[in-house]
Amino acid sequence: MPLISLRDIEKTYQMDGVEVRALRGVSLTIEPGEFVAIMGPSGSGKSTCMNLLGCLDRPTAGTYLLDGTDVATLDDVALARLRNRRIGFVFQSFNLLPRTPAIENVELPMIYGGVPDRRAKALAALDQVGLRDRAGHLPTQLSGGEQQRVAIARALVMRPGLILADEPTGNLDSTTAGEIMGLLDGLSRQSITIVLITHESDIAAHARRLVQFRDGVIVRDESTRAGQTLGGPRR
Amino acid sequence: MNLQTSFRIAMRALASNPLRSLLTMLGVIIGVGAVVAMVAIGQGARQATTQQVQSLGSNLLSIFASTAQTGGIARAEAVQTLTLEDAEAIRSGVPHVTGVSAEINRAAQVVYRNENTNTRVVGVTPEYPTVRNFHPVRGEFFGADDMRNRSRVALVGQTVANRLFAEGDPIGQRIKVRGVTFTVVGVMEPKGATSFSDRDDVVLVPLTTAQRRLFGTRSVGSIQVQVASEEAMPAAQEALGQLMRDRHRLGPNRDDDFTIRSQADILQAFTGVSQTMTVLLGGIAAVSLIVGGIGIMNIMLVSVTERTREIGIRMAVGARRRDIMLQFLVESVVLSVTGGVIGVGIGIVGSRLINQLAGWATLLSAQAIVLAFAFAVAVGVFFGLYPAQRAARLDPIQALRHE
Repeated sequence: MPLISLRDIEKTYQMDGVEVRALRGVSLTIEPGEFVAIMGPSGSGKSTCMNLLGCLDRPTAGTYLLDGTDVATLDDVALARLRNRRIGFVFQSFNLLPRTPAIENVELPMIYGGVPDRRAKALAALDQVGLRDRAGHLPTQLSGGEQQRVAIARALVMRPGLILADEPTGNLDSTTAGEIMGLLDGLSRQSITIVLITHESDIAAHARRLVQFRDGVIVRDESTRAGQTLGGPRR
Repeated sequence: MNLQTSFRIAMRALASNPLRSLLTMLGVIIGVGAVVAMVAIGQGARQATTQQVQSLGSNLLSIFASTAQTGGIARAEAVQTLTLEDAEAIRSGVPHVTGVSAEINRAAQVVYRNENTNTRVVGVTPEYPTVRNFHPVRGEFFGADDMRNRSRVALVGQTVANRLFAEGDPIGQRIKVRGVTFTVVGVMEPKGATSFSDRDDVVLVPLTTAQRRLFGTRSVGSIQVQVASEEAMPAAQEALGQLMRDRHRLGPNRDDDFTIRSQADILQAFTGVSQTMTVLLGGIAAVSLIVGGIGIMNIMLVSVTERTREIGIRMAVGARRRDIMLQFLVESVVLSVTGGVIGVGIGIVGSRLINQLAGWATLLSAQAIVLAFAFAVAVGVFFGLYPAQRAARLDPIQALRHE
C-alpha cells in the first residue's frame, strides 16, 4: 500500500477576493521509504501541495489517502494527532520556538503526544543530529545549520514515517546545506519517507525521484540516479 | 497536554516579559486590593457604630426637636421647642422612666493658659452619667446645686485632658470657654474613638450654665430618657409622645414638633448607612477589577498576535486547537490569580495602614476577600476566553507564514 496517494487533487483559495487555483488536478503516489524532491517555480503549487500532504490544509476536490486513510474523513483533532505521530516538518526558516532551549524545542511534539520520558528521548534525538552538547542553548545562540538540525531532531523525535522538508537549505550556505542533506540522506537510509521542496537542482539530486510542478499540475515525474552517485545505497 | 504542562508553558511565557506581566496584573491587583480595603473600612465603620450605639444601652429613648409643620407648611425658624422643663415633666410624668438627661451641644474653643482646642461643649443634667453610661474616672460629677446655681464647673473628656493639660493634673485648673472661666472638677472615663467621632473630645458643663452663660438659649438640643427595661420601651415611648404633645399643646391635626428615637432606630439607621457605604465602595472597587480584566484581555490579544508563528509551530507539531486555547487561557488565569493574591495581600496591609494612620476602624471580611479573589479568577477566565479562542482558531498555514 502506498504511503501517500493523491488523486485529482484541486485546491482553490481566495486571495484578496481573487480566486486562485493553486492545484488543478494533481495525482501522486509515494511508496514508503521513498525520497522525493519537488521542484517548480514560485506559484507552481508545490507549497500548497506540501501543506496538503502535511494535513495543515484540506483539498477543495480530490482524495488524499495517507497510509490508506482518507484524510477528508478526519476531524481537526484527528489531523492534529496525525501531524503529531506520523509527520515531521522541517521548514526553511527553522521555526524553532524563540527563548526556548533546543532540548525543549525537541520535546514539544512529545508534549502534545503525551509521551513520557521526554527529556531522555529529546537528548537521544539531539544526539542523532550531533547536537547533544547544545541541548541547553537558545535558538539565538545557535548557528543556522545548528538550528535546522534542532528542527530535524524535533521532526524525528516522534519517529514519524514521513518527513516533509520545505526548502530546508534555503537559508543556509552550501557547506551547511550539505551537512543538512547528509542528515536527510541518513534518515532516508533508515527507510523514513522524505518529501523535499527545493529550488536547487544539486539539493534535489539527493532524492531518488524528482517531481516537477508548473501552474498547479505535475509536469514531470521521474526517478534520478543521483542517489547512486552520492553513494547512498539504493533500495 | 495536561494542565501542569500548560501551567509551565504559561509561567515561562509570563516570566519572559516580567515587566509587562506585572503591569498587566496591576489592574487586578489594584481592583482586588481596593475591594478588600474598602469593604474592610465599611465593615469597620459598621461594627464601630453598632458597638457605640449598643454601649449606650438598648433601653434609651432620644427626643429631638424637629421642624413642626402647620397645615403642611414647615416653620422656617430654628427649632427650639425642647426645654429643661420638658425633661423634668418626663422624669415625673412618664412611667418606667429611670433617668432623664437633657443636653445641649455646641462646638466651641476651650482655652487653658496658652493652650487651646476646638471641641464640643455639652450642657448636661446630673443624671447624664447614668443615662449615658459615661462616668467620671476622676473627680465628681456635678449635682443639682450646680444646676441651680449655674456653677461654672466642667468635666473634661480624655482627649481634651490630654490636649490641654499634657501630663499635668486637670482637676482644679481653670479653663475658658467663650470668655467664661470654668473650674475643672473631673475627668471622664475614656470611651474611644470611632470612624465618625471621638467621644472623648468633649467638655461637660451643667445644662443651666451652658444655656445662660454660654449659648444664651432656653431650649435644649435633645432629651435622653432611660427606661427601666427593654420590654417597657413601647409603653414608655407611647406615654412620652402623648406627654410631649400635651405639653406643646399640639392639637389633633398638628404634627409632632419633636422626634422620638429608640436606640434600635438609631442602630438601624447607622447600619443602613454603613451598609450602603460598603456596597458603594465595594462596587466602585469592583469596577476597577473589570477594568483590570480588560487590561488582561488587551495584553493577551497583543500576545496572541505576537506569538502567531509560535502557535503555527505548535499546531504543525501536533497541538490540538484546545491545547492552544488552554495554553492562553491558563496564561490569563495565572495573571489574574497572581494579581488576586497580591491584591488580597495589599488590601490586608492597606486596611491595617488605614487603621493605624487615619485611625479608622477597619474589619477584614473573609467573605469579601474570597469574593474579590473569586471575582478576579472569573475576570481572568472571562477576559482570557476571547484571546484564547482567537489563538485557537488561527489557520496553521497563515500562522506559520506570519512574520
